[in-house]
Amino acid sequence: MRIFAAESEILAPLATGWFLENAWLIPVVPAIAFALIILIGKRLPMKGSELGVLSMAISLVLSAGTAYQWVQRVNGASEEQFVSPVVRSWSWWQSGGFDFGIGQHIDGLSVVVLFVVAFISTLVQVYSLEYLRGDRRYTHFFAALTLFSGGMLAMVLADNMILFLLGWEIMGLCSFMLIGHWWEEDANSRAALKAFFTVRTGDMGLLVGISMLYFAANDWTQANLGLSGFSIRGISAWALSGEPNSSVITIAAVALFIASIGKSGQFPLHTWLPDAMAGPTPVSSLLHSSTMVVAGVFLVARLYPVFFVGLDILGSGGNLIVIIGGITIVISAALAFVQNDIKRVLAYSTVSQLGYMMLGLGAGAWLPAVFHIFTHAFFKACLFLGAGSISHSASHHSFDMKKDMGGLRKVMPITFATWIVSTLALCGVFPFSGFFSKDEIIDNVGYNGYNTFMVVGLIGAFMTAAYMTRATYLTFFGEPRGASAGHAAHDTHDSHQTHDSHDTHDSHSAHDPHAAHDTHDSHSAHDSHAAPHESGLLITVPLMILSVLALGSGFLNATPFGESWERMKLWVEPRASVVFEESKSGGPGESLNLVAGVVSAEDSHSKSVCGSATPEEGVCYAPQLNHAPFKWSKAIMSMLIVFAGGAISWILSMLVFTKRDPRVAGLTSRIRLLGLGHSFLVNKYYLDHFYEKVVVRSVAYPISRAAYWFNQNILDGVLHGAARVTTKLSDWVYKNVDQRVVDNTVNNSAVLTKSVGTAAQPTQSGRVSQYGALLFSATAIAALVLVIVNT
Amino acid sequence: MIAQNIGFWIIAATMVVAALRVVTTNNVVHAALWLVVVLSGAAGQYILLAAEFVAVTQVLVYIGAVMVLFLFGTMLTRARIGSDSDLNNSYKKLGIPVATVMLAAMALALIRSFGDEKMPVSDNIVSTQQVSDQIFGPYLLPFWALSFVLLAAVIGAIVLARKD
Amino acid sequence: MFVNQFLFLAAVLFCIGVYGVIARKNAVLMLMSIELILNSVNINLLAFAMRNGSTDGHTFALYIIAVAAAEVGVGLGLVLLVYRNKKTISVDELSEMRG
Repeated sequence: MRIFAAESEILAPLATGWFLENAWLIPVVPAIAFALIILIGKRLPMKGSELGVLSMAISLVLSAGTAYQWVQRVNGASEEQFVSPVVRSWSWWQSGGFDFGIGQHIDGLSVVVLFVVAFISTLVQVYSLEYLRGDRRYTHFFAALTLFSGGMLAMVLADNMILFLLGWEIMGLCSFMLIGHWWEEDANSRAALKAFFTVRTGDMGLLVGISMLYFAANDWTQANLGLSGFSIRGISAWALSGEPNSSVITIAAVALFIASIGKSGQFPLHTWLPDAMAGPTPVSSLLHSSTMVVAGVFLVARLYPVFFVGLDILGSGGNLIVIIGGITIVISAALAFVQNDIKRVLAYSTVSQLGYMMLGLGAGAWLPAVFHIFTHAFFKACLFLGAGSISHSASHHSFDMKKDMGGLRKVMPITFATWIVSTLALCGVFPFSGFFSKDEIIDNVGYNGYNTFMVVGLIGAFMTAAYMTRATYLTFFGEPRGASAGHAAHDTHDSHQTHDSHDTHDSHSAHDPHAAHDTHDSHSAHDSHAAPHESGLLITVPLMILSVLALGSGFLNATPFGESWERMKLWVEPRASVVFEESKSGGPGESLNLVAGVVSAEDSHSKSVCGSATPEEGVCYAPQLNHAPFKWSKAIMSMLIVFAGGAISWILSMLVFTKRDPRVAGLTSRIRLLGLGHSFLVNKYYLDHFYEKVVVRSVAYPISRAAYWFNQNILDGVLHGAARVTTKLSDWVYKNVDQRVVDNTVNNSAVLTKSVGTAAQPTQSGRVSQYGALLFSATAIAALVLVIVNT
Repeated sequence: MIAQNIGFWIIAATMVVAALRVVTTNNVVHAALWLVVVLSGAAGQYILLAAEFVAVTQVLVYIGAVMVLFLFGTMLTRARIGSDSDLNNSYKKLGIPVATVMLAAMALALIRSFGDEKMPVSDNIVSTQQVSDQIFGPYLLPFWALSFVLLAAVIGAIVLARKD
Repeated sequence: MFVNQFLFLAAVLFCIGVYGVIARKNAVLMLMSIELILNSVNINLLAFAMRNGSTDGHTFALYIIAVAAAEVGVGLGLVLLVYRNKKTISVDELSEMRG
C-alpha cells in the first residue's frame, strides 16, 4: 500500500461519538422489548403497549443522536474525502471454518433510513394505542409491531449480508403475523399467506445472491481488506474493483433484484401488497411507508456497486431495474383508478412510488431515490393514518370510498388538512416534499440518458395527481354517503355483506378488508358508531406531525435553491473517492481505521476514477454518479403536468360522482372498449388469475394428475389390461381353436400375467417397508450405474 | 499391526454374523441381544480406529440406553417374548437382491477408489480434549442444532407416548 | 491395515441393515435395522478420520450417536402410539396411505 505523505495533510480525522459507536443498540432495544412484551406484557397496566412505545422512543432518540453525530462527522471531513462508515463487527458464530459476523455499518444511507424507521414506528405505535384499543390480541399486536421495527432496524444497520438476511426474514415473518392479525376472517389469513409466499418467492433470489457474492468475493476481500465475503463494505469494494467476472456479478445482481421485486412489490410480484391491506391500518401504514416495502429498495441502494457494475447502470440502453421500475409506475398507477377502497388506492400508490425509487436507482439517480424513501415515508404514513382515522371515527370501519365516505371535510378538519398536505406532497407539488425528491428522480433519469423512462416518470406523475384527486374528491367532497352520513343500516355487521357484493367484479376472493375491521368487536362498544366526528388526540397528533414533515422534509435537499440547500447530498451520498487502507484489518470489536486519500484527479474536479473500472491502488466503496443541474423550466413543465392531471380528474370526478352527468357517467358500460379496459384493471391485469389458475395449476395439477393417471392407467391399466386381454384372448382361443392343444399354454400365460399383475400391483400398497425397498433398490441401481459410468 | 489385524477380522466376523442374526432371527428379544453384539463390536472397531471417546460413548449411549429403550419398547408392545414367525414381510426375498446390488455397487466404488491403500500409522492419538475442542469450537453450531433436535425428540416422545 | 477393510465392513453392515429394513415388518425390528445402518456410517466416518488424520469424523460420529438416540426415542414413541391404537406393531397394518 502506498503511503500518502502529501495528500494526507488535507485529510481531517473523522469525528466519531458514543451514538455512532453504539448504534447497534437501536435494533437491540426493540428486540428486548419484544421479549418482555411476550413474557410479561399481559400483566402490565397498558397490556404491554407501553413497552412497545417506550422501546421505539428509545430507538428514535438513539437514531437521532446517531444522525446528529454522523452529520458532525461529515461536516468535519474535507470536501472530497470519503467519509468512512462507522463499522464495528464481532464474530457471531463459526461453523466448519466459516466465520459469520454480526455488526453495524453506519453510513449516510443507514442513518437516514434508521431515523425514518424509528420515527414512523414511534408514531404508528402511538396511533395504535387508540386505534386498536380493546382488540382481543392487543398485546400480541404490539409485540409483533415492535419486533417488526426491530427487524427493519437490524437490517438497515447490518454490516454483513447474513445479518441483513436475518432482519429481512424477521420482517417477513412479522408482516405475516400483522397482516393476519385478524385471522378469524378467512380472507385475512389468506392475504397474510399470500404476502408471505409471494415475498418468499423473491427471497430465494436473496439467498442465491448472497451465496454467489460470498463465493465470488471472499478471496478478494480477505486478501485486500481482511473482510469476509459477506461484509457489505467488502462486497462494495470488490464490485468496483474491476476484479469480478462480469457474468457472475450480473447473475448475482439479478438474483438480488428478484428479492427486491418480491419485497418491494415491483411488477410482476406486486400483487401481495394491496391484499396486505387486510391488516390493521397502522400496520398498512408502517408496512407501506418506511419498513418492509422499502427493504427491497434499500437492498439495491445498499449494495449499489453490485447493481451498478452487474447491471451496467449508466451504460447504454435500459437495464432490468429501470425497466421493472418504469413498468411498475404505470401499471400500478392505472390500477389505483379503479379501486373503491381508499386503502387500496394508497397501496397501489405505494407500489407506484416504489417504482419511482427503483427507476431512480436503475438510472443512476441514487441520491434522489434515497431521498424519495425519506420523504415518501412521511407523506405515505400520513395518508394511511388519515385513512385509518376516517374509518375509525367516521365511516364505521369501512374503507369504501363510494359507499361510506364523502363530504368529510367539514366533520374532520384536521384529518382533511393533513390529507391534503400529504396528497400534494405525493403528487409532487412545489414546495411539498414529494416535489424535491420525485422531480429529482425524473430529472436525473432524463439527464443520465434514459429519455423514454423520463417520459414514463412524467406519465406516472400525471396519473398520480389524477388518482389522488379522485380519491380526495370521493372521500372529502360531495355529499356524505352511507356510514359517513350516519345511516344506521351500516351499523350492523351484516351490512358488510353489501360491500362484498359491491366488489363482485373483483373476483379475487382473498380481498375483503372491510369485514376485517369488524372483528375488534369490543371496540365498537364506545362512541365509534355515533355520527362522524374528528378522531382523538392520539390519532390526530401523529397525523399533524407527519403532515408537517410531509411539507417540510423536502427542504433537506432543495435543489432549486442552490448547492447550500443540498444537505442530503452532502450528508448521505457516499463520496466516490479512492480509499487507501492503512492497516489491513481491525480485530473483532474494533472499528476499522481507514486512511482516506484523495487522488488529485487530473481530468476534472468532480470526476473520480471510481466506476466499474479498476482504481489503480486502493479501493472504491461507491461509484461516481452524476447529478442533473436543476432547471426551473423542467420543474414548471412537470408542475403543469401534475396540475393538468389533478384538474382533469377533478372535473371528471365531479361529473361522474356528483352530477351524474349522462355524458360521462357509466361510460364504461356504454363503450365496450372502455368497459373492457375497466374490467382489465379491476381484475388487476388478471395477474392473480394467472398466478393461481395458470402457474399454480400448471405446476401442481398436472404433476398430481399425471401421477394419478400413471397410477391408474399405466400401472394398473397395463397389468389389468394385459390380464384382461390375455384372458379374453385365451377365452377366444379356447372357444375357437383346438381346446386341448393350446389349452394349457394359454391358461398358463393368463395365470402368469395375472400373477405378474398381482405381484407388481402392491407397489402402491401404502406399506412403509415396501416403499423402503423401492427407494433402496432405486438408489442401488442408480449407484451401480454411476459407478459403471465413471470407469 | 498383526495383532490389530487379527483383532479386526475376529470382531468383523462376529459383527457380520450378529448383524445377520439381527435381521433374520424370529425372536424380537434375541434380535435386540444380537444387536448388542454388533454395537459392542462397533465399539471395538472404534478403538482400533483410535477413537476411544467415541467408543466409550457408543457403549454408554447405545448399549446402555438405546438397548434398554428397545427392550422396553418390545415389552410395552407386548410382543411375543418367545419366537414369532410373523416378523417378516411376505416379500422379504426382495431385500436380498436389493442389498446385494447395493453391496456390489459400493464394493466396486471402494475398490476403485482406495484399492490397497494403507491406513497411515501415526503416533498422535486423538485425545478427548481435541474432540471437545472441535465440538465447542468450529462445530458449535451443529452442536446447538443437535441440542434442539434432542429437546424436540424428548418432548415429541413424551407427547406421542403419554396417555390422554 | 487397509483403509478398505473398515469401509468394506461398513458396507456389509449397511447392506444387512437395508435388508432388515426391507424384510422386517415388526416396527421395533425395523428400528434396529436402522441402527445397523447408522453404525456402519459411524465406522466410515472414523475410518476416514484416521485416514485423513483429522478429528472432524469423531465429532460427527458423536453427533450421529446423539441423533440416533433421539431417533430411537421418537421412533419407539411412535411405535407405542401405533400399538395403543391398532393393537399391533406390524407396519403392514399401517396402510392408510394406500394408493
